[in-house]
Amino acid sequence: MNLHEYQAKALLAKYGLPVDQGELATTPEEAATAFNKLGKPSAVLKAQVHAGGRGKAGGVKVVKSAQEAADLARALLGTNLVTYQTDAQGQPVNSVLLVGNIYPVERELYLGAVVDRASQRVVFMASTEGGVEIEEVAQNTPEKIIKIEVDPLVGMQPFQTRDAAFALGLKGDQIKQFEKLMLGAYKAFIENDFALFEVNPLAVLKDGQLMCVDAKINIDANALYRHADLVALRDKSQENEREVKASEFDLNYVALDGNIGCMVNGAGLAMATMDIIKLKGGSPANFLDVGGGSNKEKVIGAFKLILADDSVKGVLINIFGGIVRCDMIAEAIVAAVREVGVTVPVVVRLEGNNADLGIQILSESGLQLIPAQGLNDAAEKIVAAVAA
Amino acid sequence: MSVLVNKNTKVLVQGFTGKNGTFHAEQSLKCGTQIVGGVTPGKGGSEHLGLPVFNTMKEAVRETGADASVVFVPAPFAKDSIIEAVDAGIKLVVCITEGVPTLDMLQVKQYVDQSGARMIGPNCPGIITPGECKIGIMPWHIHLPGKVGIVSRSGTLTYEAVAQTTALGLGQSTCIGIGGDPIPGMSHIDALKLFQDDPDTESIIMIGEIGGTAEEAAAEFAQQYVTKPIVGYIAGVTAPKGKRMGHAGAIISGGKGTAEEKFQAFEKAGIAYTRNPAELGTTLLEVLNRRAG
Repeated sequence: MNLHEYQAKALLAKYGLPVDQGELATTPEEAATAFNKLGKPSAVLKAQVHAGGRGKAGGVKVVKSAQEAADLARALLGTNLVTYQTDAQGQPVNSVLLVGNIYPVERELYLGAVVDRASQRVVFMASTEGGVEIEEVAQNTPEKIIKIEVDPLVGMQPFQTRDAAFALGLKGDQIKQFEKLMLGAYKAFIENDFALFEVNPLAVLKDGQLMCVDAKINIDANALYRHADLVALRDKSQENEREVKASEFDLNYVALDGNIGCMVNGAGLAMATMDIIKLKGGSPANFLDVGGGSNKEKVIGAFKLILADDSVKGVLINIFGGIVRCDMIAEAIVAAVREVGVTVPVVVRLEGNNADLGIQILSESGLQLIPAQGLNDAAEKIVAAVAA
Repeated sequence: MSVLVNKNTKVLVQGFTGKNGTFHAEQSLKCGTQIVGGVTPGKGGSEHLGLPVFNTMKEAVRETGADASVVFVPAPFAKDSIIEAVDAGIKLVVCITEGVPTLDMLQVKQYVDQSGARMIGPNCPGIITPGECKIGIMPWHIHLPGKVGIVSRSGTLTYEAVAQTTALGLGQSTCIGIGGDPIPGMSHIDALKLFQDDPDTESIIMIGEIGGTAEEAAAEFAQQYVTKPIVGYIAGVTAPKGKRMGHAGAIISGGKGTAEEKFQAFEKAGIAYTRNPAELGTTLLEVLNRRAG
């Protein structure tokens, strides 16, 4: 789950990080008031969306008066911001953040952290190359990224922050400041189950103070059960509508841009089903894992989701009944097709537990369901049906 | 022979009296697995499925001499249960539970490693040596005792590989579902080592998916150390970047972890592979025939 910049900054401030929290506005009037409240000659107005690349997309601009702040807010609020990280539709701008303009600064650093799968550690990354994408730095000048691996049983130690601080060329009181900042960030990471943390840029101001100018946080979805306070910060307007709907049915769904809807049990098999459709010359409309404990309600929900996508011209159901009985699944499919009123061709492949019985139920239902034997046959049949 | 589990493996069920623990313990018993009891705190001293229930893992291990356990407890309690099992001397913990927080697993993984135990999962179907021992949730009736070792991050794709190798009469030595989480207890490399050293495993099917670089590492390892024939497959060629595809670990992040990179790693390591999930078995058969011919 992603946090907005203003939410991330508020959270980090609680852990003692020097952040520029600024003022949030959801109307042009509020933006004008916010500008005056900041009381600075100029401010930076930042669109609050779940995507990077806001600056280049026109979502971050300097304003020099309350009137300018209101005008820019009016232009941004209610629109969708399209950046290189969003899809063609972009992300809706429902609020803007105003912060005092601290530029010019002495320099811009980078600080980030992820759970690194290879080392199985939380790894912090610091760099003197702030203000640009870290992937770019990793690509062009990997030697400029300082990595700090944290032992999960011991936690981050102060010496590790000093190692990083000296490598960044920080001096004097800045070493202490950076130690406090990094230890605070690590504490925030662990206590809030971050999956990703990024402060970019971390500015060194003219007076030598450190300041988190931007903040990006992603929370481990598996850990949300123990963070009611963070769940309350979820902004569904930033997520795909059908994916939000899917989560209500307890289904894993990801929208794609093809025309063959997929309903599969198991995440790996669901991806493999998309791939084999492509291999046979078709194009998948979605990823959908109905899970192990599939019942009639879930199958109906899945059908509704798949068919809510206008581009869907056919559906492939691929179930490997392990523990789940295929006759039960077949009954659920028949009931769902009757209830939802499916008009596009539906190919069904049932394998495993009671598959024969399941296929019999489908063929006796009187519905236009196309049975398939095996993955190849299923993919070929749905691709042909959609092309017809 | 087989890897990790066989007919002598004694298994305890953690979360024994719950719905999942009960159902899957029954299934495992039906195919001959030595389930010797289980743990549900507060229900110690009672009987379940005709087997003893214990309050703690220490007590359960002491009384039954178990060497493996399977974890069915809900995600918030999985960390506690795995560490309890290892602390009680269990050498193989299989965690079926899905949705365990990643930071919990960082600590668990290090604890398990330092204790010299092994963990499979979480978010996995488990491990099976057909005809001998099933620890997990896989449908045992599709398996056939045989010579193919299977390792996979995905449950249903493992079943796909099993069904295909069964249909071809090859059968399986042991199948290990290592799970779809970003911090798995056991890796592809761990499984490859075991299969290479197991005299009853003659070939290997290795199934991966998008996210992370475990398959690339495994390909490199295989090139250097594995002499047995391997067929690789990667799911998620059509997965978009930055989207989590069901499994917590199945995500292309920062442009890294694509299916294409993993196929290329197979190519580079000289590992046979297929891009068609329906042809895992037939591709392996071709490789075996080529070697024999």
